[in-house]
Amino acid sequence: MTDLALHRGISTHRIGAMILRYWYLLLSSWPRLLELLYWPALQVITWGFIQYYIAQNASFFARAGGTLIGAVILWDILFRGQLGFSISFLEEMWARNLGNLMMSPLKPIEFLLALMVMSLIRLAIGVIPMTLLALAFFHFNVYSLGLPLIAFFCNLIFTSWSVGIFVSGLVLRNGLGAESIVWTLMFAIMPLACIYYPVSVLPVWLQYVAWALPPTYVFEGMRALLIENSFRVDLMLDALAINIGLLVASFWAFLALLRSAKNNGSLLSGGE
Amino acid sequence: MTGNDKASSWPTVADEISSAAIEVDRLVKVYKQTRAVDGISFSLPRGSITGLLGGNGAGKTTTIAMIMGLVLPTSGRVRVLGHPMPEDSAAVLGRMNFESPYVDMPMRLTVRQNLTIFGKLYAVKDLADRIATLADDLDLNDFIDRANGKLSAGQKTRVALAKALINQPELLLLDEPTASLDPDTADWVRGHLERYRKDNNATILLASHNMLEVERLCDRVIIMKRGRIEDDDTPDAIMARYNRTTLEEVFLDVARGRANGAKEGAR
Repeated sequence: MTDLALHRGISTHRIGAMILRYWYLLLSSWPRLLELLYWPALQVITWGFIQYYIAQNASFFARAGGTLIGAVILWDILFRGQLGFSISFLEEMWARNLGNLMMSPLKPIEFLLALMVMSLIRLAIGVIPMTLLALAFFHFNVYSLGLPLIAFFCNLIFTSWSVGIFVSGLVLRNGLGAESIVWTLMFAIMPLACIYYPVSVLPVWLQYVAWALPPTYVFEGMRALLIENSFRVDLMLDALAINIGLLVASFWAFLALLRSAKNNGSLLSGGE
Repeated sequence: MTGNDKASSWPTVADEISSAAIEVDRLVKVYKQTRAVDGISFSLPRGSITGLLGGNGAGKTTTIAMIMGLVLPTSGRVRVLGHPMPEDSAAVLGRMNFESPYVDMPMRLTVRQNLTIFGKLYAVKDLADRIATLADDLDLNDFIDRANGKLSAGQKTRVALAKALINQPELLLLDEPTASLDPDTADWVRGHLERYRKDNNATILLASHNMLEVERLCDRVIIMKRGRIEDDDTPDAIMARYNRTTLEEVFLDVARGRANGAKEGAR
């Protein structure tokens, strides 16, 4: 009955099963779908009007049209990407289903790959309408950024997955008592990632910390593109290099936290 | 790990067929200051049904969790279907399954959706047919398209059992399989488990507080207390040894520390 050959290596079958599980869940719950749309829409409308107001009163922002609203959209890719990953993981904790999954032939890497795909799906549901709102209300077309947008997106989504993998490992190890980390950790890097202002605004010593974070390169790159009309490939490559390191480190941390969870028996409790 | 140990972690086909379904060797689990499992050893032949008895905190769930690979032992070894756990878990997880009150099926998904997902995870062939068979066998048809969260406790238990049987496992680990079931349904589930074992030569290890269930189903009983094995034999032999007519009386003797006295009396 069971195809044992599939137990060697990574199985797309099992990854597909997990994506199907989260897809069923999304379709079964309109509040979950609404939540995906609600905040991004609210964000873009609020920041769009702020950008309008500032542009009317400051010549620099009038020239640098779109930096604020562009930053909001890119920040949401980062934040929603991580949430999309982590919430799918939390669904297993809330449902007390993790034991079933851990006891099945599903491998940790397959589980994480399924969560990555789900973060993309959830992101698309939330962010695509957000970009259309920005176009309709504020005439800001994020897609006009062209190919650089792909570089921005990839770097941001890689960072969001690294953070998602790490916080999921923390919740796995410490139970739902650590759930608040899922919602707050990304905000800790918000001031350092220089979303709405250039890195040069920070004190010099803090600039070193900022440049250790891949999103900093993306937001600097976005400003360079919108203000100076130049695409900084060097920034994107630096961000990619750090992202690769972060992804490897987060996966290693996840496995270490999983092992620790198995050591202290928290997979059986999963609670607080 | 020594060279010999390493060699033994890759069993040949002959080893797999001849080996016991579960081999537990001097297994220890220590949580901080608590010795949850304290050096237990046992071996379960294929095709057997064994009951794991003991009061709360006796170490039953931890033992089963170590067999499944959900908890790592502090020391000792576990082999499942001839493979060391958890090192070689990929070779056996598709051939075993479990049901436990410590886990749930996703509540918002329907029974059919849940079984579909787990069937895919276990790479079950002809999945729709398998789900239809299980739905007939476990009487799920009336609520198979209802969300799991809207089922009664008894219906949920049957769904959990269907999930545990989805891959026709060679080894089935059950923790309180008939909890929350009315006597009629519980009896019917026991009958199903007996038939499943017989038809598939499956090995079943079940932890239960229901002594009648253990007496009826199990051809062997392992009694645990404070992480140790207190007794290990057939139900009849254990009852004779304690000079009791039911396992419940034996359980009370063990739980209340009257075991030695009862055994002495029997002699």
